[in-house]
Amino acid sequence: MNAPADASVDVAVEARDVVLSFGETPALRGASVKVLPGEILAVMGPSGSGKSTLLHCLAGILVPDSGEIRFEGRRIDTLRENDRSALRRDRFGFVFQFGQLVPELTAEENVALPLLLGGVRREKALREARPWFARLGLDGLEGRRSGELSGGQAQRVALARGLVTWPRVLFADEPTGSLDSLTGEHVMDLMVCAAQEQGTTVVLVTHEPRVAAYADREVVVRDGRVTSLTPDRVPS
Amino acid sequence: MSVPLTLLGLLEREPSHGYDLKRDYDTYFGRGKPLSFGQVYSTLARLARDGKVVMDEVAPGDGPERKRYVITDAGATEVESWLAEPVEAEPHLQTVLFAKVVLALMLDRPAAAYLDAQRAAHLTRMRQLTEIRRKGALIDALLADHGLFHLEADLRWIDMTAGRLDSLAKLVRP
Repeated sequence: MNAPADASVDVAVEARDVVLSFGETPALRGASVKVLPGEILAVMGPSGSGKSTLLHCLAGILVPDSGEIRFEGRRIDTLRENDRSALRRDRFGFVFQFGQLVPELTAEENVALPLLLGGVRREKALREARPWFARLGLDGLEGRRSGELSGGQAQRVALARGLVTWPRVLFADEPTGSLDSLTGEHVMDLMVCAAQEQGTTVVLVTHEPRVAAYADREVVVRDGRVTSLTPDRVPS
Repeated sequence: MSVPLTLLGLLEREPSHGYDLKRDYDTYFGRGKPLSFGQVYSTLARLARDGKVVMDEVAPGDGPERKRYVITDAGATEVESWLAEPVEAEPHLQTVLFAKVVLALMLDRPAAAYLDAQRAAHLTRMRQLTEIRRKGALIDALLADHGLFHLEADLRWIDMTAGRLDSLAKLVRP
């Protein structure tokens, strides 16, 4: 189990002037953003603006063409794929729009999966997964497979899977996008409570203002660049 | 809707007669609620008294239409402050916000930046309401939800308008 975010670190994750193209199509054109330890940052923007690409770069899934990605002050874009993979597994958690649970596994095994992939023994991994079911209102669903769960239940299982390693940073890409308003807000409540309890930094990509309102701060991605929205930013 | 500030904004485009101001106000902002001539001239008189506008080309003995109004530096400063200041984030502000966007485009001001400032003000209020709905009693949470849904609708309008600024600019600029 990892420790919560280190309070002595000034910045949890950071993109510095990141450029990335897919073939001829530019996705990020000099994107820069800092996420502070323990902060919940909402990344907003229209479809195709590059907000999910930015999240994937910050999480070490994609490597930028130029610019830097730093995690707790250390560059991660220059790491080898194996090392970035280990970093994602040990330090980061992920929640996506459609829970992306492994259909062959039970809910309990899905939650334990990041621990199992990290080499934790099965009994210990399942033992650590179990408390999340009570915590997220999933009691009694441990043995179900994803096809036997409602959308809201599956997304809560995905949230538990994202947090079970006590990650330093949770990356959430449209985590309520497939849910109705009430269920989506329930998932957000649980995510914010759990992240705050664990001291986990959250990077939350969303196009929904009501979801962004759970964050401490928001930025907007437009045409591959990041604009910071702060209340005192009145143009002159 | 602030009639004095809207008229001031229209005057910043170019010096105008009262008749022209009424026509443009009714065209852009007075849908279903046109200004009376009396309201136009009384407002202009107050703006002149306060040093926000001055008159030129006054032809004694002719009707009020012969008076042409010119915005002063003080008036222009007031328009600038008004445009740049986000409207208080509460439901049903679309008419004020709409007037600001149209005037900003007419005056070649950074309408997109003004919309960003408004977006930030809305999200700040939504964050406060979200805290209430998360931690408050059910009645408070439901009232907060009501506000959140209205503010969200405003934000969708802001996003939509931000995406259509170029088209709107072509429509409202001479």
